Amino acid sequence: MSDRFVSLTDLVLSYGSTVAVPNLNLDIHEGELIALLGPSGCGKTTTMRAIAGLLTPTSGSIEIDGRDVTRTPANKRGIGLVFQSYALFPHLSAFENVAFGLRLQKLPDAQVRAKTEAGMATVGLTGFESRKPAEMSGGQQQRLALARSLVMQPKVLLLDEPLSNLDARLRLEMRNELQRVQRDTGVTMVFVTHDQSEALALADRIVLMNDGKIEQLGTARELYAAPETAFAADFMGFENIFHVEGGHLVNGSARLPLGFTTDAPVLAWRPSGVSVGAGPYSGKVRSSSFAGGHREYVLDSPLGEIKADASIETAEVPIGQSIAFDLPQDTARRLMA
Amino acid sequence: MSRLSIWIILGVTLTFLIGPFLIVILAGASAGEALSFPPQGLSLKWYAKVFTVESFRASFALSMFLAIFGTLTALLIGIPAAYALNRYDLPWAETIRTIVAAPIIVPGIIVGLALLRYIVVPLNVTITMALFMVHTALVLPYAVRVVSSSLNNLRGDMEEAAVILGCTRFQAFTKVVLPNIRGGILAAFILGFVTSFNEVPASLFLSGPGVRTLPIDMLSYMEITFDPSVAALSAILAFLSVAIVFLAERLLGFSRYV
Ligand SMILES: Nc1ncnc2c1ncn2[C@@H]1O[C@H](COP(=O)(O)OP(=O)(O)OP(=O)(O)O)[C@@H](O)[C@H]1O
Ligand SMILES: [Mg+2]
Repeated sequence: MSDRFVSLTDLVLSYGSTVAVPNLNLDIHEGELIALLGPSGCGKTTTMRAIAGLLTPTSGSIEIDGRDVTRTPANKRGIGLVFQSYALFPHLSAFENVAFGLRLQKLPDAQVRAKTEAGMATVGLTGFESRKPAEMSGGQQQRLALARSLVMQPKVLLLDEPLSNLDARLRLEMRNELQRVQRDTGVTMVFVTHDQSEALALADRIVLMNDGKIEQLGTARELYAAPETAFAADFMGFENIFHVEGGHLVNGSARLPLGFTTDAPVLAWRPSGVSVGAGPYSGKVRSSSFAGGHREYVLDSPLGEIKADASIETAEVPIGQSIAFDLPQDTARRLMA
Repeated sequence: MSRLSIWIILGVTLTFLIGPFLIVILAGASAGEALSFPPQGLSLKWYAKVFTVESFRASFALSMFLAIFGTLTALLIGIPAAYALNRYDLPWAETIRTIVAAPIIVPGIIVGLALLRYIVVPLNVTITMALFMVHTALVLPYAVRVVSSSLNNLRGDMEEAAVILGCTRFQAFTKVVLPNIRGGILAAFILGFVTSFNEVPASLFLSGPGVRTLPIDMLSYMEITFDPSVAALSAILAFLSVAIVFLAERLLGFSRYV
């Protein structure tokens, strides 16, 4: 198993004179499921398209399976790509959609048939062979697109926001489906998402991107528990982020004395890490909402907005009333500047 | 608006649209010797006579030839042009679009005159060749327009998907793009065919001994012989056009593309 199965080195990607990705270095391990996570416009699709060969890099190199493919055309890279819109061929039946790539390889008919049928079975679409894509549901189309890529036995399968067009229930179902297919086939998968929870649930490793650069790279656990920058912390649900200056938490011109000493320049707390009901600080309840297992408060404090989760065991504090809270040391996440 | 005024407007509109058509049909079905309306008695003899007029047969053949091959040539140029304009960021795209649309905007009579004066006469191009060029040019804008609009409905990522699955760009075009714009191409063909077949102004300048398109031939026939056979022929052609458009609408939902 190669640790540099897909290797992007000093990759610069641009559209005309706009540089979308200024300098990317990334090694993808063989057989892993890796997620490109980041906000809209951060360069996820651009990076995918470069790996697939649909976008020629301005500079830098792309290696796949030990071979430099920087100048290899998209149809010779042996890569699969599932588009966000699925990009199924509307004039062909489901069967012919899946068989499309196999037929191009000029395989004997019997083999095309066998592989296509196996591919459709893998994604649970047996019996749908003669349907047109337009006659299938969103989830079925998604699986068809997956099968069309899988039967080609690609070295790497790229998926661009594969689940974003599906409703919540189907999304969960397809998540499991993707994981299962990845386990069964062992194909190296790169998938794009801007949904933090999707990345955490699916990926072996997560590449958090911001503005064309890698902000942090790590396992789901690492990213969730130990974000290193304010951007990463914010993305991973640390909603209260403050600078530290001379023993005070600072937000613009507002300052609050910190109850402990730290050398970290920035501290962050999840809403669940803020304790409500007791503590040295006080905030006025701006909103309060019931979220099943807990209650979500937004407090107006001298530091600005504080998001805090409280146990539902405690009595609800009405909007407009003040409440004491604490930003404890043990739940604080220390961040780089 | 009141119900009555709507009915009146509708009635007037239909009269103007269908009236001439009815007049021509009836005038052709006259039993008399001269073209007149109302017809003097009814007979089908002029309808029958149309098929015996030698020059009509020749000019019908020429018009068919121009309509079919002119339109096919226009499509051969127009489909790749529409594709390129649609999919690539061409530097002069707007200019190219204007040039392509020019034949619709410039009066045909000017096109015909210019072609006669500066190409046919000085370069010694045959009339048939000149007619062919004019008809192709006149149909081209429609071909580009109609094919463009069906390309617009086709997402570009489908071709990319085909390329990733192993197609060359050209294969992606023939295997994925063409089958999906088939309806648009057929619509463009029919529109082009009808446009070419009915073309008068430019063809007027481009007639030689024995070389005339059908509409021009009908005009000159009428100058000499004022019998109802021209009306009969007009009616036949009108029926033909309606039949083609009706069939196209039935088979393809033609009106979606125009
Ligand atoms: N065809 C294009 N021409 C010019 N700029 C583009 C083009 N496509 C993308 N960009 C720019 O490149 C940057 C990265 O875009 P990209 O599509 O990779 O973002 P993304 O991370 O996939 O976002 P999203 O989550 O919205 O899909 C953006 O700033 C975008 O505006
Ligand atoms: Mg994207």
